[in-house]
Amino acid sequence: MINLIYLTILFPLIGFIINGVFGSKIKNEKVIGVIGSGAIGLSFLIVVFAFFETLSLPVKERTHIVELFTWLKVGGLDVSIAYQVDQLSLVMALIVTGVGFVIHVYSIGYMHGDKAFWRFFAYLNLFIFTMMNLILADNFVLMFLGWEGVGLCSYLLIGFWYDKDFEKSTTSAAGLKAFIVNRIGDVGFLLGMFLIYLVFNSLNFAEVFSRATTFHISEHIFTLIAIFLFIGATGKSAQIPLYVWLPDAMAGPTPVSALIHAATMVTAGVYMVARTSIIFASAPTAMMVVAVIGVFTAFFAATIGMVQNDIKKVLAYSTISQLGYMFLAMGAGAFSAGIFHVMTHAFFKALLFLGAGSVIHSMHEQQDIRHYGGLKKYMPVTYGTFLVAAIAISGVPPLSGFFSKDEILWYSYTNIGFVFWLIGVITAVMTAFYMFRLQFLTFHGKSRFDEKKTHPHESPRVMTIPLIILAVLAAIGGFIGIPELFSGEHGNLFHSWLEPIFKSAELKLSYFGSHSHFEEYLFMIISIVGAVAGILVAGYIYLRKPQVADRLSARFKSIYRLLLNKYYVDEAYDATVVNPLVNTSKSFLWKIFDSKIIDGFINAVASWIGNLSSLIRKIQTGVVQSYALVMMIGILLALFWIIMSL
Amino acid sequence: MENSLLLTYLLLVPVAGSIILLFFKAEDERIIKYFGLFVSTVVFLLSIYIYFNFDSENSSFQFIHQFKWIETLNIHYKVGIDGMSILLVVLTTFLTPLTLISSWSSVKKKVKEFTFFMLFLEVGMLGVFVSLDLFLFYIFWEAMLIPMYFIIGIWGGERRIYAAVKFFIYTMAGSLLMLVAIIWLAIHASSYLGGFTTDLEQLYKVAPLFDQSTQNYLFLAFGISFAIKVPLFPFHTWLPDAHVEAPTAGSVILAGVLLKMGTYGFLRYNLPLFPAASTHFASFISILAIIGIIYGALVAMVQTDMKKLVAYSSVAHLGFVILGIFALTQESVQGAIIQMINHGLSTGALFLLVGFIYERTHTREISYYGGIAKIVPVYSFFLMLVSLSSVGLPGLNGFVGEFLILLGSFKSSVLNSWWYTGFAATGVILAAVYLLWMYKRVVFGKVVNPKVEELTDLNKREISILVPIIIFIVWIGVYPSTFLHVSDKTTTKIIQQVQNPPKAELK
Repeated sequence: MINLIYLTILFPLIGFIINGVFGSKIKNEKVIGVIGSGAIGLSFLIVVFAFFETLSLPVKERTHIVELFTWLKVGGLDVSIAYQVDQLSLVMALIVTGVGFVIHVYSIGYMHGDKAFWRFFAYLNLFIFTMMNLILADNFVLMFLGWEGVGLCSYLLIGFWYDKDFEKSTTSAAGLKAFIVNRIGDVGFLLGMFLIYLVFNSLNFAEVFSRATTFHISEHIFTLIAIFLFIGATGKSAQIPLYVWLPDAMAGPTPVSALIHAATMVTAGVYMVARTSIIFASAPTAMMVVAVIGVFTAFFAATIGMVQNDIKKVLAYSTISQLGYMFLAMGAGAFSAGIFHVMTHAFFKALLFLGAGSVIHSMHEQQDIRHYGGLKKYMPVTYGTFLVAAIAISGVPPLSGFFSKDEILWYSYTNIGFVFWLIGVITAVMTAFYMFRLQFLTFHGKSRFDEKKTHPHESPRVMTIPLIILAVLAAIGGFIGIPELFSGEHGNLFHSWLEPIFKSAELKLSYFGSHSHFEEYLFMIISIVGAVAGILVAGYIYLRKPQVADRLSARFKSIYRLLLNKYYVDEAYDATVVNPLVNTSKSFLWKIFDSKIIDGFINAVASWIGNLSSLIRKIQTGVVQSYALVMMIGILLALFWIIMSL
Repeated sequence: MENSLLLTYLLLVPVAGSIILLFFKAEDERIIKYFGLFVSTVVFLLSIYIYFNFDSENSSFQFIHQFKWIETLNIHYKVGIDGMSILLVVLTTFLTPLTLISSWSSVKKKVKEFTFFMLFLEVGMLGVFVSLDLFLFYIFWEAMLIPMYFIIGIWGGERRIYAAVKFFIYTMAGSLLMLVAIIWLAIHASSYLGGFTTDLEQLYKVAPLFDQSTQNYLFLAFGISFAIKVPLFPFHTWLPDAHVEAPTAGSVILAGVLLKMGTYGFLRYNLPLFPAASTHFASFISILAIIGIIYGALVAMVQTDMKKLVAYSSVAHLGFVILGIFALTQESVQGAIIQMINHGLSTGALFLLVGFIYERTHTREISYYGGIAKIVPVYSFFLMLVSLSSVGLPGLNGFVGEFLILLGSFKSSVLNSWWYTGFAATGVILAAVYLLWMYKRVVFGKVVNPKVEELTDLNKREISILVPIIIFIVWIGVYPSTFLHVSDKTTTKIIQQVQNPPKAELK
């Protein structure tokens, strides 16, 4: 099965082509849905088989390269369309195809009745196709193909309802923003690749990574490469300063937000850092940058998430914040903890988005939580599963989020410092708060909508079963990565599975220092207490004393407005970059510099020659007498000159 | 030996075709159209035959055919191709029939003359790419201006006369310096070669022996005429005018092939003939190229006319090609050559698409449109695909060229600085900005102008023009080896000619 891994990429491609080309003629939603979901289901099965096959092999033989054909072979460059099946790519592939399949099935219900149903499934399959290329690539260039490919799908799907308005603008503007901001990051990725090629004379993972440990290269170069790559990651994974596209990406249909903008695509940056861990590990400065950006993004996004009123916006900022945790893990050298959080986050965040979709679906596209309330009784399955996800993300044991988040926090304390742990815990408290604010405002209390006009209802089974599956995963998914503290001799299963991938990076980092079990317990208890406190505060404010929220926002009006308007970052970018660039290009570069100066100069030369010619032309009067006169003067001058020179 | 006449046939077929065409009655437009298509298809098939018989393992010129032409001056008719020119020859013969079909409904007056000039133009373009004698090259180079002048001047838009004259005089003025340089070169080379000659292969051996300052002057004399053609910033202002006024077929050929003659000229003449000057000017020209990339993109971004936007985007794209050429690495020059092909395909297709919609509405103003995705889905699909190819999305052709150029220029020892690539790479962002922004305003959003409701989608003829181009757009993106392989040895040779020029031998 490992040798057939390309089928996991081929099936979505086939699905994309069938639905893309014939979809508008098929018309039958069931057929389209089954083709679309079926393609991903088959992919998932192959990944599962490949996973078990790999598991049965000795640890040293768990990396396989499946090469299809040569892609770019010029000079010293030699990259192929080739796929690398190893512990890391398998974990990611399982998440992408597994969660992807569930979301595909859900979409059959969610997109029911949409006139471009076929196009939606075509795009979703194209997304899985590109994402699998990103994950399974055995070289940087193919990874970049996937990297830009998922960006394209994101763009297409954000603007899926291309004639709709979104906030102050349109969905297609949101899509465009996502694509362009991602491209800014992509230039970082490209420059990183160029530098890697310059230094290692290859862009194949295996070659580059082995040369990274054997070549004598200054730390300075490693830092530069790592920073360039990380710029790419900040774009794709929505970190400061390039996170601004993700909240707008919520313009897309909700299953898209779940699949692309929560569970899979946005974690590509984390995956990339993990994949190139040896390069990052060789650049301590870059590691620190990653950790600082990560933890700061986690904190920053959480503050915004606390006051947003759009259900998807809250989840969007939550995603940015959780991605920050993952980068904190990377920066702290806790690579497998970061990937572990990628996995658990995929479960609970996909679930949250799908749950939100279920709510939006039944509330006639209403997304403002101020107009929800008391939905518990109308949609019990959605309520129950959403609650599981909310507990999981808040970090309450024994749900999955607790294990992954706590592992990150613990390593950030032991590896890079107390401050990182502290900010991480404060963020965790805020996370618990805003999640339960969402939970309570949506499902609890009295309904704040007109029950005569709006009739909330539970979603169909095709949507609720995916919710239940994800809820089970979000609940128990963490057990695979139980810390050694509890599991004893078995160790952390997830950690030991990935260990060979990160071995050389971890050897390079070699964090020392001993920390007692007591410390570990203590820190764990603090974060649990924090999470529970966050939930309780949310419960107090939003269930018991709703007026407290208003009073608080009134008292801290300026802070509240700052948060509500997301620190005015979009406005700042517009004012400092976007508008000056467009205005200067228009009113100066084009209208003055190009038209007046450059072209004006060319035309001036032409007309100058023209004028000169017409001036000279005047001599050609055609009057013989004047020619004779000029001739006479000429002869006289010539004579004069001859005489003078004698 | 039996193959040696093939290139001459390639030139003679359209010549014969255009002469036969003169005997047709002007009213028989249908027959004329099919005849033009027939002739250009024969030329295409012939070029394909040559392509398959071309030996890409061999870096020397192939299919050489020569005979004495002007006895007293020792000027030869000499044609031949290598791994670079074969690709451009096929691009030319590939695009010509497509543009002819594209004009079937858009060119309504003087169909006979139009077809005649298109075939005439094809001869000129092919002649430029296959000439191996500078004198012959110069004749084709100038001759090609004539049909293009008429194509813009007769079938163009409102300001067609202004644009045609500007195009003609601007490019002509540049070429005159080249003519002087050719004559000077031939005269001064005669002392080494024992006689006046304009044979390119002979001149390859002696021109690099000139001292630095001589080379510099000659480089500039050739270079300015090529730079105008490319067009390299700041010689680009004829381009938007010519493009906007030219009929669709003219724009496609102009962008697809004519601009490539400038970049081809640098690779064929400037680099191998004046290697010392080439490395001397490499940084300077690369800086102009990078200014072109950024400047062209920024000006393209704010255009209100779709065709002008695409025209300015050419300035940016050709900037990449020039950067690739002067970075002088295997990667970058290979990238530049493939990018020449890519630009011909992508920008050619963009001009076709703009032309198709212009035919329906008679306006190219971006603000006129909006929300047409629902009305013309097939059109929207093709425009998206071609835009993405132009934007350089991996998996499509544009990426291969841009990536190789940037990768190569980054490690270039001639440029020897990362800043070139760093700045050029911003073009990758800006390309997405101007094209996708245009796409958004034209295709997405709500319909604001009720007139666009009446738009009809692409017809079969239009689709059949685009599909062959799309096939190559995908092919080059997924499996570029087919084409990279053809030019590989030639590229190595050109770089060798610059890095290790022939040394003077004592006579």
